[in-house]
Amino acid sequence: MANHIEIDRDRCKGCGLCVASCPRQIIELGRDINAKGYHFAVQVDPSRCIACQMCAVSCPDVAITVYRGRK
Amino acid sequence: MDANDTAVFTYPRSLSRTPTHYCPGCLHGVAHRLVAEAIDALGVREKTVGICPVGCSVLAYKYFDCDMIEASHGRAPAVATGVKRARPDLVCFTYQGDGDLASIGMAEIIHAANRNEPITVIFYNNAIYGMTGGQMAPTTLVGMKTSTSPTGRDPIDRGAGYPIRMVELLNTLEGPVYLARQSLLSSADIFRARRVVQRAFSLQSKGFTFVEFVGTCPTNWGMAPVEAREWAQKRMIEVFPIGVFRDREAEAAKASAAKEA
Repeated sequence: MANHIEIDRDRCKGCGLCVASCPRQIIELGRDINAKGYHFAVQVDPSRCIACQMCAVSCPDVAITVYRGRK
Repeated sequence: MDANDTAVFTYPRSLSRTPTHYCPGCLHGVAHRLVAEAIDALGVREKTVGICPVGCSVLAYKYFDCDMIEASHGRAPAVATGVKRARPDLVCFTYQGDGDLASIGMAEIIHAANRNEPITVIFYNNAIYGMTGGQMAPTTLVGMKTSTSPTGRDPIDRGAGYPIRMVELLNTLEGPVYLARQSLLSSADIFRARRVVQRAFSLQSKGFTFVEFVGTCPTNWGMAPVEAREWAQKRMIEVFPIGVFRDREAEAAKASAAKEA
């Protein structure tokens, strides 16, 4: 598989900092809500992910794990 | 995930899995993570003692997976002094907000810095008292509205004083080894902040090290998290400039290199 991120939906507080940080603009706040009642972030197009970690470092709740795929 | 994929960003070992009580978008979480990453990078989790403040980060002892002590309001540097003098082999850091460090704890921080206590102080500055309901803090910007300065901080007519710049203040003392201010307001800044925190922890055995973070308080500023970050980039950075103000080790290395050349 290629570059992608995993978002721990129940840690996410839907603050949107990762959405604003993503240089590819492929993270959005989803329509579903998590156990805390927040619209958690989702990666909408993993194929465009460059595994730059911008989203993960900006996340105050450390909800994002970044994977770099093998070519 | 695929077994072939490499995780390039993972949860730090020194951060506990407890979800934080911080409001959405509060950058305390980022500051916590940077401290945990520094502890991991130096491999000192088993011999680290953190000292918690009073304020929003009063519950920080729940979020770090190392030994933690809760100090009374503003007294974290005094507690850290005791820990470090009794057990000089331990790594000791305090984690304090602007209300804790720059207001009630002003005496403790100045004297700990002046004595050059070998501790690391992590200072989260968001220019407001968060936990108690958004009151004016010593670092509140001139003209900034808070619940106790509803028309904006007025240093002249209302005698509310000016924002205190802690790094610059400590930079007048002979003692400290490392003094830096870093912003947490963009991903690029956070990458830089990560190196600054690791540098501070690695210099701790040499003396007093201090890192100030410029952060946000979206809830009490009355802004959305992204908007608060942008506002702070525009307004806070001009009052609290970013940089390494002092690095005695780097200066000494430079001086000895110049001597050899």
